[in-house]
Amino acid sequence: MIAEAGHYALVLALALALIQSTLPILGARWRDAALMNVARSAALAQLLFVGASFAALVTLHVTSDFSVVNVFENSHSLKPLIYKITGVWGNHEGSMLLWVSILALFGGLVALFGNNLPLSLRAHVLAVQAWVASAFYLFILITSNPFLRIANPPIEGRDLNPVLQDIGLAVHPPMLYLGYVGFSISFSFAVAALIEGRIDAAWARWVRPWTLMAWIFLTLGIAMGSYWAYYELGWGGWWFWDPVENASLMPWLAGTALLHSLVVMEKRNALKVWTILLSILAFSLSLLGTFLVRSGVLTSVHAFATDPTRGVFILLILCIFIGGSLSLYAWRASALKQGGLFAPISREGALVLNNLLLTTACATVFIGTLYPLALEVITGDKISVGAPFFNLTFGPLFLPLMIAVPFGPLLAWKRGDLLGAAQRLMAAGIAALVMVAVVWAWTSGGGAFAPLAIGLAVFVIAGALSDLVERTGLFRMPLGITWRRARGLPRSTWGTVFAHAGVGVALIGIVCETTWNSEYIGSMKSGDVIPIAGYQMKLDSVTQHQGPNFREMVAQFSVLVHGEPLGTMTPSKRNFSTRAATTTEAALMTRGASQLYISLGEVTNDGTVAVRIYHKPLVLLIWFGPVLMAFGGMLSLSDRRLRVGAPKPAKSLRGLQAAE
Amino acid sequence: MTRKQRRLTIIGGSIAVLAVAAALVLNALRDSIVFFSTPTMVAEKHIQAGKRFRLGGLVQPGSLVRGDNLVVSFQVADGGATLPVSYKGILPDLFREGQGVVAEGALDAAGVFKADTVLAKHDENYMPKDVADALKKQGHWKDDYGAKPDASRAAQGAAPAGQGALR
Repeated sequence: MIAEAGHYALVLALALALIQSTLPILGARWRDAALMNVARSAALAQLLFVGASFAALVTLHVTSDFSVVNVFENSHSLKPLIYKITGVWGNHEGSMLLWVSILALFGGLVALFGNNLPLSLRAHVLAVQAWVASAFYLFILITSNPFLRIANPPIEGRDLNPVLQDIGLAVHPPMLYLGYVGFSISFSFAVAALIEGRIDAAWARWVRPWTLMAWIFLTLGIAMGSYWAYYELGWGGWWFWDPVENASLMPWLAGTALLHSLVVMEKRNALKVWTILLSILAFSLSLLGTFLVRSGVLTSVHAFATDPTRGVFILLILCIFIGGSLSLYAWRASALKQGGLFAPISREGALVLNNLLLTTACATVFIGTLYPLALEVITGDKISVGAPFFNLTFGPLFLPLMIAVPFGPLLAWKRGDLLGAAQRLMAAGIAALVMVAVVWAWTSGGGAFAPLAIGLAVFVIAGALSDLVERTGLFRMPLGITWRRARGLPRSTWGTVFAHAGVGVALIGIVCETTWNSEYIGSMKSGDVIPIAGYQMKLDSVTQHQGPNFREMVAQFSVLVHGEPLGTMTPSKRNFSTRAATTTEAALMTRGASQLYISLGEVTNDGTVAVRIYHKPLVLLIWFGPVLMAFGGMLSLSDRRLRVGAPKPAKSLRGLQAAE
Repeated sequence: MTRKQRRLTIIGGSIAVLAVAAALVLNALRDSIVFFSTPTMVAEKHIQAGKRFRLGGLVQPGSLVRGDNLVVSFQVADGGATLPVSYKGILPDLFREGQGVVAEGALDAAGVFKADTVLAKHDENYMPKDVADALKKQGHWKDDYGAKPDASRAAQGAAPAGQGALR
């Protein structure tokens, strides 16, 4: 009953989406306000029905109704409740339903909070949003219906893939989807602007909060996925340049570029045509990501062969939306008026450089991800492009970007003073050089690369802080004035500081982890002690336990420093009998920002255990950086000029800051 | 600066960055890509010792030998030929005799494939796509690699799809 209701709600949502994708456009053409307003109510009703459909699927999973194929295949009555719920999106059908639910959520939010938009723009945006939604409803209903029944219901389900029974997976896909799908809003705005043939600075101000929101979620989602891979897959790596990871990185790079070009458009009414293109690209890359993950075309640790009709269907959606929007762009972009002029050395120039490097880096990731596929189709050769490719292409492109980051906020709009900016970055430069020297001396003549990279990271962080010092007049003025200035700074300025510093923090983590990682891989017996990075790891015992839907073998390690006990670590290996699968649960011990990491290999008959033990210095900074970036994004999102929404003349606060 | 000069500066800068990127990509594509082979292809093509490639096939049942200090050796077969593989380290959780595996490494002088990475399937239904394609081509594809007999529609999509949802 619930399954049928869920299915029916989904069909109704499709019907509403079809209405929403046509009537408002006609309304805009005929200047009929009532028809244009259909978009708003249709979007809200669509959200209601797809929400009901999603709730139905969750209910089916929670009540373990094994007469539904999707539940049978991915659930088990003994599975803990939390994984019954997260199992809803731990499979193809359910995750596609989550995808459209989030799409409808964003549509509903635009409908609710878009009251300050011109009526025709809102109608167009929601209509475009509904085109995308209709395509995906059709995809779900035709190829991946999660509500199918089994004729003879089995008593027990086949259980969720054990690797996915993890709290990280509870949060990671929804986050990532909020990011992916969030870019659909900027896409819809871009297409709507192209249809209307009109675009101005106000457009950028409307689009920016949505883009920022999507970017925040995508940043957190990628970081969380990386941390999940780090502790769950059991080999201590946090980024594999795997096609599916690249699929989430590409929209992030394009989205980051878009955020920056929107600033130029909002402040200076320039780069309009480019910004529209980036909006289209960011969502196209999100669609491409969905295609790569869902169709199984790529050989990957994560992407698996799925039903080919699904791949073809998503490819079709991909071609229609990407091809269609780019054709519309080619046709209409020339009609958009060009904006303001600026000198190459200026804030705009710096942001153009940022865009150039980010999109080029994105293009190299794109080539590395799709080249093997293209080659296989053309010549039949099977190749794999791994980390070395990306280190050789992505790395060198990010280097100049890192150097340029601190300069950007210090340059004035229209015509900047590079020498002046360099002078103001003197302190940051000195801090970076000192850091290089210290790290070099401390590691006593190791490679020059790591100290230089850490120096660069310190330059980025200190550069972000110097911008703050400059604006608040810290060290130059009395503290009271500094305090008032700091409070008066727009939150978006604080956001910039945190986000840029976050990049530097992540870079420090990446460099430290890859350069000074210590590892021991070998076999141990009870009582053996392994020294690693100043710690002694003693294997105390190996015991067996019974969990709710698995059996596990737990090894207990004591961690000692100079003979003093520090604590215990208990990595385990779980055996899920329903799936005949084994997972490795790594044990982590956090020491400051560094971590000790143990994961188990196989156990031999004489009681020796194969173990991997790592000491990963400052590894947590890798994820702390993105969290800082996302925090910066949230500060920026809370900036009053975005909350106020409709563009208004600048308030008196502006007078306080020099470079704004 | 005139409008034209400014525009030229920006276009020139863009072209310079793109040229650098193109050079980086071409250079990296020359040096760092890895080809995929099966034991039969290795036997036919006479791949030189020391050249890195990915080897895919099925782990020959009964061939797995564990030595001291995590040294393991096993044979990879594709129905046409077998190739001995040696590896030092921890095998993935899902490494099993008789099932699909992909290893990355190079042949040594004695013709043994020295693997430095071993990827096994992530799921009981999973067959690495390269391996499946290669086996199909040689006519050694069995239906039960891809589908379980019970839930007919189920096995095709479900478990692999669950994996697809990882990221």
